[in-house]
This record gives sequence, structure tokens and C-alpha cells, in this order.
Amino acid sequence: MSSPFEWLIFLPFAGGVITFLLPGKSRPWLALLLTVGTFAAAWWLASDVWREGPQGYALGGWEAPLGINLYADGLSALLLLTTSAVMTLASFYSLGYFSREAEASSWTEARAFVPLWLFLLGSLNALFVSRDLFNLYVALELLTIAGVALVALAGGATALRAGMRYLLAAFLASLLYLMGVALLYGEFGVLDLALIAEAAEGGTRAPVIALAFVFLGLGIKAALFPFHAWLPHAHASAPAPVSAVLSALVVKAAFYVILRLWVDVFADSVTAPAAQAAGALGAAGILWGSFQALREQRLKLVVAHSTVAQVGYLFLLFPLLTGVGEGAWRFDAWAGGVYHMMSHAFAKGALFLAAGTILYAYGNDQISAMRGLTRTLPITTVSFGIAGIALVGLPPSGSFIAKWMLLTATIESAQWWWAVVIGAGTLLSGAYVYRLVSAAFTPDTLPESIRPVPRVMEYASLILALTSLGLGLRAAEPFDLLEVGAPFSMIVAGVGT
Amino acid sequence: MIETGGWLPVSILATSGLVGIVIFFLDEPRHRTRNFLNIFAALAKIVLVAIAIGGYVEGEEYEARFAFVLEFDLLLRVDAVSLLFAGLSSVLWLLTTIYAIGYLEDSPHRSRFFGFFSICVTATMGIAFAGNLITFVLFYELLTIATYPLVVHRGSEEALAAGRTYLIYTLGGGTALLVGVVWLHTIAGPIEFGPGGVLEQAASGNSWELRVIFAVLIGSLGVKAALVPLHGWLPVAMVAPAPVSALLHAVAVVKAGAFGIVRVVHYVYGSDFADSLNLLLPLAIIASITIVFGSLRALAQDDIKRRLAFSTVSQLSYITLGVAIVGPIAAVGALVHLVHQGVMKVTLFFCAGNLAETLGIHNVSELDGVARRMPVTMTAFTIGGLGMIGLPPIAGFISKWHLGLGAMEADFAWVIVILATSSLLNAAYFFPPIYAAWFKTPQVEYPPAPGRLETSWMLLVPAAATALMSFLAGALAGVPYSPLDIAELVAEVVYPP
Repeated sequence: MSSPFEWLIFLPFAGGVITFLLPGKSRPWLALLLTVGTFAAAWWLASDVWREGPQGYALGGWEAPLGINLYADGLSALLLLTTSAVMTLASFYSLGYFSREAEASSWTEARAFVPLWLFLLGSLNALFVSRDLFNLYVALELLTIAGVALVALAGGATALRAGMRYLLAAFLASLLYLMGVALLYGEFGVLDLALIAEAAEGGTRAPVIALAFVFLGLGIKAALFPFHAWLPHAHASAPAPVSAVLSALVVKAAFYVILRLWVDVFADSVTAPAAQAAGALGAAGILWGSFQALREQRLKLVVAHSTVAQVGYLFLLFPLLTGVGEGAWRFDAWAGGVYHMMSHAFAKGALFLAAGTILYAYGNDQISAMRGLTRTLPITTVSFGIAGIALVGLPPSGSFIAKWMLLTATIESAQWWWAVVIGAGTLLSGAYVYRLVSAAFTPDTLPESIRPVPRVMEYASLILALTSLGLGLRAAEPFDLLEVGAPFSMIVAGVGT
Repeated sequence: MIETGGWLPVSILATSGLVGIVIFFLDEPRHRTRNFLNIFAALAKIVLVAIAIGGYVEGEEYEARFAFVLEFDLLLRVDAVSLLFAGLSSVLWLLTTIYAIGYLEDSPHRSRFFGFFSICVTATMGIAFAGNLITFVLFYELLTIATYPLVVHRGSEEALAAGRTYLIYTLGGGTALLVGVVWLHTIAGPIEFGPGGVLEQAASGNSWELRVIFAVLIGSLGVKAALVPLHGWLPVAMVAPAPVSALLHAVAVVKAGAFGIVRVVHYVYGSDFADSLNLLLPLAIIASITIVFGSLRALAQDDIKRRLAFSTVSQLSYITLGVAIVGPIAAVGALVHLVHQGVMKVTLFFCAGNLAETLGIHNVSELDGVARRMPVTMTAFTIGGLGMIGLPPIAGFISKWHLGLGAMEADFAWVIVILATSSLLNAAYFFPPIYAAWFKTPQVEYPPAPGRLETSWMLLVPAAATALMSFLAGALAGVPYSPLDIAELVAEVVYPP
């Protein structure tokens, strides 16, 4: 196997099968080894993309339209790196979370956890390198199945109910997407994205109804307001590492597909009113999610509602891509959105892991129970604080840069109303992060006994949080990578542009 | 990239930044190590700033530039006005650290306190040396974040409420600042500070946009600089421990706002250009209103720290006022007051802390005869108070003298009326406590002094030192390297003869 593409897909899927057959004790360690290996493969691919430009790979030597073409540009490479990095740290975390000291029930959870976990990683990787509509469908489907099973793993009525809602929403979404794909296939006769884009440029219009089905389905999966209702409980009742990757990565995966199709393939077919509508739904999501996050009493539910809000920001980039005239702002909008995806992935991963640590130690995750946290779990408090900074989009975090670029795009494309939304969202997120942080600072009589927390759990969330901060301190390289094969060019803004 | 000289500003930041991080990880009981690290770093910083001052006057250039994102750089650069602010902060950091060690003896969470304290100082240094707007914004927001844990340090209901008010004001201001800065960048490209302003060449065509942006920038910086009606957070934040009040009011937070106004007027717009846009007269009027309003409110306060807080509101606007009057002499008044107000106000807060800590006195009405019990503290308080009123030869006189002269030179005779009114009001709220302390008979029996000194030496020495500095800064204002000398250097750069 001489290509990083093969490793990216083979390692996790083969690992999922093998760990299924292995005795339970060795599974978490093998999972960790394989996620690290996947990270190495992602790094390999990213450095190829960095040096040589976008990489393509025909699976089994068959070119499209007969065979399956895999493809990676800067965007794919960055998301692959993000995915494997978050999942590696979450795997470290799960070593402690499912440790032997934990109760017997969580040990059985752990047995089923590992194979599903690796399937999830494999389907994420497959999704980010897929280059045709049907493969994207398959990857999304695998992702849903693995995700739903992982949610249900927590057991209990709440988790099962949440898992069932998630399953129904996701299947409805898949169905819509598949119908859209069928219509598109009828129109274009091919599934490969590059070939469709060529045909679309040549004057073939995508049927409006097909695009509506595709984007509606994906919007449900990305928890776009008002299709988000399945998300908060599914993400909040899953085991901690699962919550982390669902919020950090799985939702983003659906958004990634929207971004690819909207910008790379159907740029000529989507209309400005549609873009404004997508932005409006995103804005509604920002406000609604933030208000819900302000009202919730349980930590994990606050964090989950915040995902609804943060996903809203991503949809703002579509109206920002429209606008009159030429300018660098289209790159700013697009790259700002992508950078927000990354920064939020690390920050949200850190938050869910930290919330899981609190739940693990205290036995519940009521916000009122977080009192005295600075004394009992200082490292977790720090992760919370840093990830909170990234959620609000304060410097020095990656989200700050993302917001900076989105704001630049709003002003340069003369759509100031989105700047108001971004500002309001910042203040609202400040408010709900404040609720959590101030609770941690409130001293209180300590609970009689808290369960000792394995160190690896605390440090895994800390490293994730620090990464979201690092993205804000050193953004030059990620942006250089992102520019490889980007749909917009980064014109260095001179005076007055 | 870092030129050889660039290491200097970087290491000035690093002394407190690295120590802050190390201190977070120190166990609570290791106070010897912690104190040693703190004092050592503070001394090292003073030495480095002194080297920078010496080198700068000799004509050396120190600049560190890092690629940040797209066309933006992080830029740390030593210039005259940054040295003024950095010199003030580094000296007061040392004294406040000594004071805080004494003040917080045997109280919990000292590692946390000193950790955030160091981060605050690092952010302040970053604000001082920021060479462009984006770097400034970065450190400005970092300061907001790092101060919050200090305000709520005690964890009481009152402290948490004050912290909430503080965050509402500063995050609101921070969001507006971000919008203003991004907006400015979209019309003028990346903005590096340049004496005399840079916008006249870059973007003189958009005068209305520039006016609105100016209002947004000053409005957002005015939150920290406590311009009426944005000052509400400051008196409330008085619940913080005394060293924090000293840091907030003399060194870090409020000065960051005032310093930002200096940067925007003199180094981004340029005062002549800002004046040609008719922006400076409204600023002068707002500053004057703040000066009178703050003094009037101070009169009515019985709580010593609250009286000092309103006095700060008033005194800070001297800086803004001096910035808003065109002409080198007023600029000297503004800049030298940046230092003088800092030194005098920190003295007063140290004294207020000594009274509270030693005798439990919090109100002006309890001060009768207290000078007999605490003569050194009250002498320092008297020097600080008289300086605030503007009596020669104490530092405050130098500031007011230059402001008055500058106003006459610019034909702003009404400013003299403001200055006179304010001085009368200052006298009205500083003379009663001074008189009561020295000349009235005590109402209660004060507990005897613990040793030969009236209170712990760690509380007494900083107060005496800053009082002496307030005196010397005024009496020896003509000496080379005095604050006045450096301020005149800045004025020469900003208004080339």
C-alpha cells in the first residue's frame, strides 16, 4: 500500500473488524494505536498536498466514471488532520473513561465502543476524500449508523430515546439526500463531482428540486436550525468521548458535504436568495442555540446547544460568498468558515471531554454542582476556560481569526447585517460560557467524595483546548495549506481593495 | 521574523508570561518558590525595560514580527510611547507584587491569583509594545480575560456580580472594537502604528466611514478608559482585593483603554487629520463631561475605594482630554499624566488597602485621627491626594500645567474652566479625609501596632515608594529620563517640529 489514501481508509475499517474479534482488554489500546496511525497517514497526505498540490487517487486503478476516484485538496487535508487529531486525543481519554476501575457496566460498553469508534473514524476519512455523490452517501450512512450505535451505547431510557430520535432524523435526511442524488444522476448521468461540475459549467442546470432535496437532507444532518431538534439530547446523553466527536466532527462532516457541493459543484446553480436564506437559518440557529444554552441546567446540554449555535456561523459563509464585484473577501468568507469548523472542533471536543470528566467525578453534571471546581479539578477548569475562550471567539483562539475573516467579508461585501449577527452571537456565547466559568469559581463546601479521575482524561481535554488556542496563535501554515486547490484565491488586499 | 533587536520586546513579555504559567502549576504551599519567581521576574522585566529605554534613546530599533494570518503580522515594536507605558507597568508590577504577597498572606488560591496577575501584566506589556492594530486587539482582549478571575477572586456573591458587570461592559466593548478594527482594515489594509497617523495617506477619501469607525473605536476603548457613560463597571469592580484594584486602576485595565485612545488618535488617525474630520472637539467635550461627572460622584462616596474609583473615572479623562487637544504641549500633558496618574492612584489604593487590612477601616467617616496610628500610610495618602488635586511640586501639577498650557495654545480656553472646576472638586473630596486623619481626634481605640512598624513592611514599603515616586516625578520633572522627558520625546515624534 503505497498511498496515504489507502491507509486512511484501510487502517480504521480493518481495525474495526479486527478489534471486534479480539479479547476486550486489548481493544482500547489497539484503537489508540490505529488512531495514531491514521493521524500519521493524514499528516503524510497533508504534506503531499502541501508540496505537490491536490492529490487524486483512483481506487484499484479504475478511473471515473467506472471506478472510484479519491481526492484531497487543502480543505480535505486539514479536515482529515483535525479528525484524526481529535479522535486520537479522545481515544486517550477513553482509556481512562472506560478504565478497569470504572464499574462493570462501563467495561462492557467499552467492548462495543472500540469497533464502532474505528468505523466512525473510517467513515469520516472516507467522506473527506470522496469525490462522488454516491460515495458521499455511503460514507454519510456509515457515519450515521456508527454514530447512532455509539449514542445508544450509554444505555438507559434517555440515551435510547435520544438515539432513536437521532436515527429517525438521520434516516429521513439520508432518504432526502438519496432522492436528490437520484434526480441529479438522471440529469447529469454521472456521479463524479468533477464531471458534474464540468457539465454544470457547460450549461446543464441542476434541477431545483434535486438541489433542494440534497441540501435539505444535509441540513438536517448538520443540525441547521430548524432541523436541529435531534441534536442536543443525542449529543448530551452519549458517553463523553462520543459526545465530543459527534459535536466536533460528525456534524461538521455533513456541513463539509454542503460546502463542497455548494461551492465546488453547483456554484452556478445556487441563487443569491438561496444563499441569503441559508444565512438566515444559520443566524436563527446562532440565536436560538445560544438562548437555549443560557436556559439549560445541565452542563452537557448547554454544550450541545452551543453546537447548534456554532454550526449557525458556518452557514453565514454562503451569503458572504455572494455580493457584487471582485474581491478577496470570498476567500475570507470561505476560509473563515472552514477555520471556524476546525477551531470549533478542537474547542468543542475539549468542552465535551471536560464535561464528561465532571460527570465522571461528581456523578452528575448540573451546573450548580460545578461549584468549587477550581479546587477539585483544576486542569479540567483550565480546559473549560480555554475552550470557552475559543467558543466566544476571543483572541488568541482560532475562532477569533475565523470571526475576523467573516467580519471582513461582511463589511467588504456590504452585508453589514451579518456583522450584527456575529456580534450578537459573540455576546450570547460570552453569556453562556460565563455561566459555566462563574459556577466553577463559586467556592462551596466540597462534595463529600468525588471519584478520582484518571490523569489522562484531564490532560486529553487540556491538549485539545490548547490546540484551539494554538490555531489562533499560528494561522499562517493552516491557511497556506487551505489555499491549495481552494475555489477562491487569496488576493493580498492592497490599499482600498 | 525576529531581528536581533526583536528579542528585547519578546523577552519583556516572556518574563511575566512564563512565570505566570509556571506559577499556575505550583502547589499552593510553595510560597517561597512562588514569591522568588515573582520578584525575580519583576526585577528582570524592569532591567529589560531600562535597557530598552536606554537603547531607544540612543537610536536603536527593536522590532519582532511574526507571520500571523494572510497579510497580517503580529508585531511587537519599541517606540517612545510604548516605553512610557511599559516603564510605568514594570515598576508598578514589582511594587504591587510585593504588596500582594503581604496582602494575601495565608489566603487561599494564591497560585491562581499570581498566575493571572502575571498574565495581566504580560497582556499589558503586549498592549504597550503592539506595533499594529491586530496585535493590540489580541492583547487587549487577553487582558479582559485575565482580569476576570482577579475580580472574582474572593468568590463572594458580590464579587461574582461585579465580575459579571465587568464582563458585560468589556466584552461588549471588545466586540465593538473588533468590528471597528476589521472595518478599518477593509478600507485601509493592514494598519501599523505610525507617529502622526497613517490614515491620511491610506484612506482619506472615505471621510464619513472614517468618522463612524473613529466613533466605534473610541466608544469601545472608552469602556476600559471609563468614559461617561461607559464607566459603570469600574466602581463596582472595587470588591476585588486591594492589589487588584491598584492594578486595575493604575496600571493595567484603565490605562489600556487610555493608551488605546492615544494610539488611535496619534498613531492611526493622526491628530491633525482627526481634527480635519471634526472628531477631536466632541472627544474633548466627552472627556470634560467625564472629568466633572467623576469628581461630582466621588464627592458623594463614603467608601474610600469607591471614592477613589470615581476619582479614577475623572482623572483618566485628563489623558483623553490632552489627546483631544491638538498641539504638542497638550500631548505632553496627556502622556505624562498616563504615568503620573498611575503612580499617584496606586499610592492611594495601597493606602486604602493598608487601612482596611490593618484597622478594618473602609469608609471616609471612620478616618478621624487615624494618622496618629498609621503616620506613614497617611503621609503617603496625603501626597497622593495633594498630587491628584494638582498642587506643586507633586506629579499631578506637571500634568495639569501642560494640559492648561496646551489648551491655551489651541484656543480652548473653556478647558481651563474645566480644569479649575475639577481641581476644586478634587480638593473637596480629598481634603476632608486628609483633614480628618491628621487633625480630628479618634472616635475609637485603634488596636496597637503589631511591631515597630504600623503594619507589615510588605504593605508599607510599596505605598511609601510610590508616594516618593509621585513626589520625585513632579519635583525632578526636568531631569533626563523622567516621565516628562520621555513624554516630550513622544510629543516630538508625534508633532515633528
